[in-house]
Amino acid sequence: MKKKKSIMDHIAESNKAVTTGIDEKDIEHWVEIHVMGKSYKVPAGLTIMQAMEFAGYRFIRSAGCRAGFCGACATIYRKAGDYKLHAVMACQTRVEDGMFLVQIPFAPADKAIYDIDKESYGVNTLLKYYPELARCVACNTCTKSCPQDLEVMDYIQDAIKGDFKKVAEESFDCIQCGLCAIRCPAELVQYHIAQLARRMFGRYECSEPKELNTRLKEIKKGQYDSAWKKLLKATAKELEKMYAEREREPD
Amino acid sequence: MTEVKYIKGYPENMRRLIDTVHKTRIKRKDYSPPAMSKEEREDVLKLHPDFAPGGKRKISIGQNKGDIGPNEVVDLLEAFPLVEDGEIDLSVVDYEPDILIIGGGLAGTSAAIWANNQGIPAEKILLINKLRHGDANSIMAEGGTQAADRPNDSPVIHYLDAMGGGHFANKPDVLKALVEDAPLIMHWLIQLGAMIDREENGEFTEKWGGGTSRRRMHACRDYTGLEEFRVLRDEFRNRKIPNLEFYPAIELLTDGDGRVTGAILCNLETSEYEIVKAKSTILATGGFGRLHIRGFPTTNHYGATCDGIVLAYRAGAKLRDTDTVQYHPTGAAFPPQIIGLLLTEKLRSMGAQPVNKDGEAFVFPLEPRDVEAASFIRECYVRDKGILTPTGMRGIWLDTPLIEMKNGEGTIDKAFPGMKRMFERFDIDMREDPVLVFPTLHYQNGGVETDPEGKTSVEGLFVAGEISGGVHGKNRLMGNSTLDCMVFGRRAGIYAAEYVKKTKRKGKLSLEHVKQYVDMLKKAGIKPERKAPIILPDYRGKAVLARMIDVF
Repeated sequence: MKKKKSIMDHIAESNKAVTTGIDEKDIEHWVEIHVMGKSYKVPAGLTIMQAMEFAGYRFIRSAGCRAGFCGACATIYRKAGDYKLHAVMACQTRVEDGMFLVQIPFAPADKAIYDIDKESYGVNTLLKYYPELARCVACNTCTKSCPQDLEVMDYIQDAIKGDFKKVAEESFDCIQCGLCAIRCPAELVQYHIAQLARRMFGRYECSEPKELNTRLKEIKKGQYDSAWKKLLKATAKELEKMYAEREREPD
Repeated sequence: MTEVKYIKGYPENMRRLIDTVHKTRIKRKDYSPPAMSKEEREDVLKLHPDFAPGGKRKISIGQNKGDIGPNEVVDLLEAFPLVEDGEIDLSVVDYEPDILIIGGGLAGTSAAIWANNQGIPAEKILLINKLRHGDANSIMAEGGTQAADRPNDSPVIHYLDAMGGGHFANKPDVLKALVEDAPLIMHWLIQLGAMIDREENGEFTEKWGGGTSRRRMHACRDYTGLEEFRVLRDEFRNRKIPNLEFYPAIELLTDGDGRVTGAILCNLETSEYEIVKAKSTILATGGFGRLHIRGFPTTNHYGATCDGIVLAYRAGAKLRDTDTVQYHPTGAAFPPQIIGLLLTEKLRSMGAQPVNKDGEAFVFPLEPRDVEAASFIRECYVRDKGILTPTGMRGIWLDTPLIEMKNGEGTIDKAFPGMKRMFERFDIDMREDPVLVFPTLHYQNGGVETDPEGKTSVEGLFVAGEISGGVHGKNRLMGNSTLDCMVFGRRAGIYAAEYVKKTKRKGKLSLEHVKQYVDMLKKAGIKPERKAPIILPDYRGKAVLARMIDVF
């Protein structure tokens, strides 16, 4: 009994830093960061998000999935003596000594309204909804500000040409954080343009999976009704037996 | 102290252990330990956090009095409300939709779209979010969505897989609905333009999931939930369905006679409350990973704090299977910045092998999640074959280079861009080196009991997604959660719409149920020390908290 309990205790103890907040006495290395101009000494090795929490910030905005998928924690920073403006996700970036940072929790952006069922799959569809596409000056600022390292400018150029496939594939890993749209001198909202392109591509260029359609018909005409009857009548023991004896398809 | 020296993302001592993994890889390439027998599974499960002694207690009040739940959950069920009867003016109604949907992940968003399809006008639907629309576990789903659509598969086989994985505790009628609707949901997604991985002939690319007997995992690279969700959100926006962000529900409202009639919302930034009066309410608030059950890290998003369960329970809804929690076997254990984050099961389904300190493959890689997780704990803490990190965590190698060895170079770039990117940010190349994993708190198996229409035991209240219990029994299989959200989001949307069209009852607004609940708490001798829902976790530094003063 005692031994098993200690396993759980040990696991809880080793995870303390991410579950209950960090204890100063466990910290060996420190760095100084500047949150909106205010300086804080924080443990080295934390993410920006963890470091801000350590410093006493409790997030309402600027924290979402905390795992790099949602784009809520878009953050920009400069370091002293360096002209470069970096764009990162706070939950996925380690703090560095001398960071001057601010978070961008929201991007004002207009999204086109359309009906995917009625839209025509033509080269001008993206330009029709987002005519400002033509304003792109190919400055590459969007690409440089993408925390996912996507080739944003490339897909915008493909969007101007109406190449849905290229836009869809190049933009696929977009987390819609809004940093490209905030930085764009031509005032494009790249991620909405890409969203429309991906849906158009998914809807109109990927063929119907035949096997799925067959299965839908089978279910509709009640092909599995007798199997269901048998299965739902089975006793717990019979179910266990069926489960144990079911065959696994070869790898 | 000198700084630890890192070589390609790993400290020297871990780097030395990686050499053993490299050396043994070729021997392990075509070998896998066999799947465990029922007896072996039962034996290793004794080490699982659900079964290891401690950590749970009986619920002392309400519908499920006497049932067992994790201490952290029971704490919230036995907590006092944020507002009590008499403190709120219920006479001024701010919103009056036909259908109120609380929670905008895959489940809530599906419900909104299908309620609209069912004839409820957009302006008579209201979706509210605690954080942003989409700040949910849904978008973090990496591995895939199950649907039995290949010729050698069937909904019946899908049912049997899920039933066995759930330890035969699944509620049959809802599980049948889940597997039977799965192909329909895949069809819906592609009609909306979701980019699901395809083969050259147009058929879906389908992979293994733990505990399944067929390949039926549909993925969108390793951004499955993100792709499914952003397509649904885009469709939701095209329909102009009203949507509030940073407005959590802090209590449901009832007519005082057992029917839910709306909710109290709170503007998270101004703390102003607002009143919603609704003919039906759908709770789609997700799970409870941020409660850090038994001190585990979690894969869950910032807002996964069990709010919906607390609200539903006070309104009289019945819960089930509250005694089990899902720990995902492969949470990140290194580097410390990403401890607990999800490393998709798809890594194992495409050949990555769990390996111990001595370079041995010690477990069949695709056991159901509870069995796989327990075997990692055994390897680390009973057999002492885990790998120790600089922060004192023990973990198991997940030998990701095997993926490329088995499926060809470039596979990781194509199938796991999200994972690769995450490790690259910390200088680790998962194509060349293994990554370190340990179980992480992942999913709330149980929840509010429903019928196949998403109805709860309380009139006017529907639930969908992780908040519900029954469909996954005591343990969910990979790929059944995104599916659950969309199947029951759709169903809840449709049947809530039908309910709205039929109901003639007047919607009186009261906190009578809360008053009764508080009476029960007092009668049970519970002191008003805790309040719930907790809305968000608190990770602020201890030193700052100790010196915080309230001046403003």
